[in-house]
Amino acid sequence: MPTDLADLVAAAKGGDRPAFDELVRATYAEAYTLAYRLTGNEEDARDVVQDAYLRAYKGLKRFRGDASFSTWLYRITANCASTHLARRSRDRHEDLADDDTLVDQRPEIDPELRADISAERSRLTEALQSLPPDMRAVVVLRDVYDLPHEAIAAELGITEGAAKVRLHRARRRLRERLFPLRGELREGDGEENVRAV
Amino acid sequence: MQCDQIAELLPQVVDHHERADASVVRHVDSCLRCQAELAQYRKLLRALHQLRTEVLEPAPGMLPAILARLESAGERGAVRSLLSGRRAAYVGGLAVATAAAGAAGAIVLAGRGRRKMRVA
Repeated sequence: MPTDLADLVAAAKGGDRPAFDELVRATYAEAYTLAYRLTGNEEDARDVVQDAYLRAYKGLKRFRGDASFSTWLYRITANCASTHLARRSRDRHEDLADDDTLVDQRPEIDPELRADISAERSRLTEALQSLPPDMRAVVVLRDVYDLPHEAIAAELGITEGAAKVRLHRARRRLRERLFPLRGELREGDGEENVRAV
Repeated sequence: MQCDQIAELLPQVVDHHERADASVVRHVDSCLRCQAELAQYRKLLRALHQLRTEVLEPAPGMLPAILARLESAGERGAVRSLLSGRRAAYVGGLAVATAAAGAAGAIVLAGRGRRKMRVA
């Protein structure tokens, strides 16, 4: 059984199902992390990751290897998350208002255990989760995962120009929330926001 | 240019993906407020980029769930291809039988025609 990702991809493309399972084992935590950052909750992230691997499995023969398997998987995950969030929004099961703040409910993010995690990351994560999903998707894919604008636009089904506008707005909101300048302090922000990330 | 106008452009130029206009550069070089704001954007981008190294721990049941779904999709695909294979064989068999029946009919008709000609 090959262990290198590229070898696993080659074997899986040749119909080796255990090799694809091994690919899943090697990459699912990262795919989940991205899905969680895009959707903002564990349940949606789980659904998105399952959809993403199913699509990856079905489309593996079309993977040309121009980018790494991880990057390809990120694109699929982003696309699945976008579809998932759009469907959820259409169904009105759970509308996310612009100012909603999603609180991470996993044990490792719980207040009691939070001491182990850097406060900066925690604040940044919370700030990201406070963004509307469409803005969050663009800034996560661009500034965290370094995907090109073109790929982001393609996976989210928007124009490159729209992707850039969303990115700049998202950066501005994050900057204002995390690093407010004098005169930008909102009521209740207080000292916590002045401490830089 | 005014600080407000520059502030609109800073999120675009902070990662050097888009070139800053010379007038923007001149303003930022001479304006402490805009320099401070640009520095905050840079800090934000560094922090975001560092998030890339953080991998969250998925719930324990996630991996088996993904593999089970792939397995079931694989089985469905196999059944589908088996069924489509059988369907193709069935349609092919029908076509061969029809062609054979047609050929046999043609031979019988041709034989009768020849017999009539001999009688005449």
